[in-house]
Amino acid sequence: MEAATTRAPTAAPPERKRMTERARAERRLAWLLCAPAVIVMLLVTGYPIVYAFILSLQKYDLRFPDDREFVGLSNYGDVLTSSTWWSDLGTTLIITVISVSIELVLGMLIALVMHRAIFGRGPVRAAILIPYGIVTVVAAFAWRYAFDPTSGFVFGLPLVPDDWAPLTTRPGSLFVIIAAEVWKTTPFMALLLLAGLALVPDELQEAAKVDGAGPFQRFFRITLPLMKPAILVALLFRTLDAFRIFDNIFIIQPGGALGTESVSILGYNILINRVNIGLGSAVSILIFICVILIAVLFVKGLGTSTAQQRGET
Amino acid sequence: MQLRHLPAALLALATLVLGACGVGGDEGGSGARAINWYAFNEPGGSYDMAVANCNKQAGGRYQINYVKLPNIADQQRELLVRRLAAEDDSIDLASLDVIWTAEFAEAGWILPWEGERRRAATEGKLEGPLATVDYQGKIWAIPHTSNTQLLWYLKDQVDAPPDDFTWDEMIDQSVENGKAVEVQSAQYEGLVVWINALIAGAGGQIVNEQGDVLVDQTARRAAEIESKLANSPAAPPGMSTNREDEARFGFYDGRSDYMVNYPYIYPGAAEVSEELQKNIGWARYPRTDKDKPSRPPLGGFNIAVSAYSKNPDLAFEAAECIARPENQALSAELGGLPPTTESVYDDPKVREVYPFADALRESIDNAGPRPVTPAYSDIALAIQKTYHPPDAVDPDTVVDTLRDRIEKAVNGEIF
Repeated sequence: MEAATTRAPTAAPPERKRMTERARAERRLAWLLCAPAVIVMLLVTGYPIVYAFILSLQKYDLRFPDDREFVGLSNYGDVLTSSTWWSDLGTTLIITVISVSIELVLGMLIALVMHRAIFGRGPVRAAILIPYGIVTVVAAFAWRYAFDPTSGFVFGLPLVPDDWAPLTTRPGSLFVIIAAEVWKTTPFMALLLLAGLALVPDELQEAAKVDGAGPFQRFFRITLPLMKPAILVALLFRTLDAFRIFDNIFIIQPGGALGTESVSILGYNILINRVNIGLGSAVSILIFICVILIAVLFVKGLGTSTAQQRGET
Repeated sequence: MQLRHLPAALLALATLVLGACGVGGDEGGSGARAINWYAFNEPGGSYDMAVANCNKQAGGRYQINYVKLPNIADQQRELLVRRLAAEDDSIDLASLDVIWTAEFAEAGWILPWEGERRRAATEGKLEGPLATVDYQGKIWAIPHTSNTQLLWYLKDQVDAPPDDFTWDEMIDQSVENGKAVEVQSAQYEGLVVWINALIAGAGGQIVNEQGDVLVDQTARRAAEIESKLANSPAAPPGMSTNREDEARFGFYDGRSDYMVNYPYIYPGAAEVSEELQKNIGWARYPRTDKDKPSRPPLGGFNIAVSAYSKNPDLAFEAAECIARPENQALSAELGGLPPTTESVYDDPKVREVYPFADALRESIDNAGPRPVTPAYSDIALAIQKTYHPPDAVDPDTVVDTLRDRIEKAVNGEIF
């Protein structure tokens, strides 16, 4: 929507110079209509971000209200020179990269199934969406109990060794956390990819078929390139989401034990448990900056090709 | 984009804004004489009964309203801290875990008990619990319930342990018998309780009340015992995630002959079977070093008056009522919570529920308290991170690591 409104004037360059009375009125109306949304956004996101930034420049612990003082960027220095921040960032990136990669492959397969489903399309889609409809905390509890060392049902299944206790080791815990994350959000990925699949015109597929292209060739030469914008959007959304992972870890390995602490858990521990508002806000702002960097990377690094794509088609 | 959607959008916005204003209306009672007591949800019902007793005795001067908090201590603390930091006046009384006193007092969230009130709060109380309400010479809460850990064993498997029974002997014997030793060693407060007891048992201390970091070789001794157990065949399954309940059920199942745990496991055993309960013996917490008496863990709850209470005078009165001996006896009987008032241990009803009442008192009297410092939660996090997972703790580096982290914790740095 946003793209459409900003692009509209450039799409008609000759009329830009002498804007008619009507065009001007329409533009005013557009601003008026956007204003509530802009104001609400500023209130609910802009204000907290600015406030968090101001707090992050202070030494401020709720338990020692009298010691509050302005310390400039020293909280950031503290965080960036600590090994905890970097190891937690590493853990977060491991979880993000692995879970998003698996989700992309699985999501694509599921999207293809949903796209090609001949009968029962509705029920198939509904069934696939169920995990996404379940509250994350509830799903996380289900996974935790499934792998509980004493009562987990997983260990009663064939092919699973009885003495395997993933939640008592770091790799095992990361495995369960990633599995829970993948199970929960693959449907979201699949849904976005399905929308992309719908964009691929059937005529192109037919033409390629006539030219003798096999199913794999058609998928990699036609479907994938045309779906690229949808894939990018899906990847961007999921990466940003996965980077801020909190609830799964919070439930499956409380407190980020056994080296499963993500940056969000670190921020929580400092802000909510240690009530060190200054230091915690610095961590939050750094997470925010990481999120922006990821978004910029996607949009600038990979997004240019979408523009080209649009030009070609 | 389309004008016909505008009214709907405005309506949605209006509901959002109005809804936001609606939240935070009156929670937990109203009226000038209502005293809101925030405490964990005592499943035995003794807190409800105590509140009913006090309300009756008050004859309409105040009405205590028991607001139930989650049972996990960390969550209780989070909720109370968040509200008190925001100067929420809906809290009049708060039940504080014994380790929170310094933090809440330093932040100015609770009122001291002075003069006549001080006498009321401290009279007849055991020394251990009394030390937990004392911060910088003032009394900040009234001791309500206490807690401590005993060494539990199965009478048909092992003999009653001698007075100078040590962790090393217990682990060695269990390895020989092919059994586990049950402890609390997940990354949570229970691990801090264990490590602190081991350090105190070796004659050490982590931080003193002035905030000086006193980490020394006793921290290494604690790591040696933890690591020895974790890397021996006596390590219980899932040791790095075991809490009180995992330990207790493992013990009930017979996978171990010994367990350190709170007394609630005794009534719990009767729910499994009468025979099991009869087979359970108790002794004082094991020693860290053969030549030093053990310093068992000390837990429990104290009741503090919020600095933001609208009726502090009535709140003090209500707290005193809830913590009276007869109400403590109820909590002991129905909730399995050991009393803080000395005389209650002689109550025949209490002795019936606690055949080990004397062992309990001795344990509480000799307990090694956890650090009394406003930075307690920082220090607890540092201890948790340093001593977890149990099988990876390296006694050679633990002293330096712990000292470094605790210094950072005390200075409000990241670790």
